[in-house]
Amino acid sequence: MEKKNNQLIVNAIENGMVLDHIPSESIFAVIDILGLSSCTNQITIGSNLESKSLGRKGIIKIADRYFKNDEINKIALVAPKATINVIKDYKVVEKKRITIPDEIEGIAKCSNPLCVTNNQAIKTKFKTVVKEDTVEFVCRYCEKTTDIKSLKIIPQ
Amino acid sequence: MAKSLISIRDFSTEEILHILDIATEMEQNKSQNILQGKVIACLFFEPSTRTRLSFETAANRLGARVIGFSDVGNTSISKGESLKDTIKMVANYVDMIIMRHPLEGAARYASEICNLPIVNAGDGANQHPSQTLLDLYTIRETQGRLENIAINMVGDLKYGRTVHSLLQALSNFNASFFFTSPDSLKMPDEYKEFLNERGLHYEETSSLNEYINCCDILYMTRVQQERFRNPMEYEKVKNFFRLDASMLEGVKPNMKILHPLPRINEIATDVDDTPYAYFYKQAENGMYVRMAIIAYLLGYK
Repeated sequence: MEKKNNQLIVNAIENGMVLDHIPSESIFAVIDILGLSSCTNQITIGSNLESKSLGRKGIIKIADRYFKNDEINKIALVAPKATINVIKDYKVVEKKRITIPDEIEGIAKCSNPLCVTNNQAIKTKFKTVVKEDTVEFVCRYCEKTTDIKSLKIIPQ
Repeated sequence: MAKSLISIRDFSTEEILHILDIATEMEQNKSQNILQGKVIACLFFEPSTRTRLSFETAANRLGARVIGFSDVGNTSISKGESLKDTIKMVANYVDMIIMRHPLEGAARYASEICNLPIVNAGDGANQHPSQTLLDLYTIRETQGRLENIAINMVGDLKYGRTVHSLLQALSNFNASFFFTSPDSLKMPDEYKEFLNERGLHYEETSSLNEYINCCDILYMTRVQQERFRNPMEYEKVKNFFRLDASMLEGVKPNMKILHPLPRINEIATDVDDTPYAYFYKQAENGMYVRMAIIAYLLGYK
């Protein structure tokens, strides 16, 4: 890796997606949410890279795979400011922003130990509530609010 | 999906008032055979004698038959059966399920996996909507209105689900609130913020005497010993929040004392004979309100 014009160059990909501006501490959560540990495509993962806006950031490049919007929006839970670059023939053909879904299903655990979803085999469901610069998750079942810091991702 | 009552927020203000009106009608005519031929399941995954008897009596007074269990000891749940399988099985047999469960959200889940009306008779510390409705019914019965009530909530305001649900329900009727509690059991900030957002007035105190003379409803709750790490602290607080007849000399003539029961020692028995005690009638009202809930959800009212 070398530095060029203050830009980090992590192997460029010919076709695929680049997920940029992921907070470093969320990089493994993103891997879990997108189920990348069982993905057979070429994947480059960078963490603790320098970033002007985040200080340190993570980046994930996936070759020859294009996630659908509703798949990619799931990472809004842990990386609401991520940017998505769609790469074709080494060029960025589309830049996408993450949008926080109104409801999320089966991705995260409820933080209330007495919630029925933590004690029976039940898929979790949350309503997302956007507050100033953070997001909160209201459990459909126990009605308790989980904040982003106590949100635990269920590996897919 | 069938109409269920899981959380007080599932009912609009109009629906709440409609339930209270049906309950009034039930109180005037305590036995109605409108549900003859119906079978209702009362599934109590944790024991609650008072609530269960009230619901079962309500169903019986409407002519329905009741099946169920009052604790899980003798059921296949103790063999490890999942909540899903228990609900799926019972749902094949009955027209409605009334359930209490120690896990929060259990009733909401049950309502998603079967096509029957579910009544939540308490899911852990989360919701107990029939209690809220019977409190509203009793407030309206004693004051002749629900609007502009001054209510003094006393006791454990931090963990008490009853007071939280009642606060939310009364916020639709321009109530003003007094919160009387020990410092360690104060009303959580999220509820005070909720009132601020709606422009509703509240005061806080740790003295039972402070706002006793200016409220229409004195809503007493139990301060549970297990909430205190230090037993000495509990002993101090326990007597501090004890209401006796001598404290009632200056209260408003229309003031009524409510309590979700069971009471331990927070209301002295000499209060029972004053014109302000209303908690026994409140418990009785629970039956009329539950009759109304059952008849409404089954489409008969």
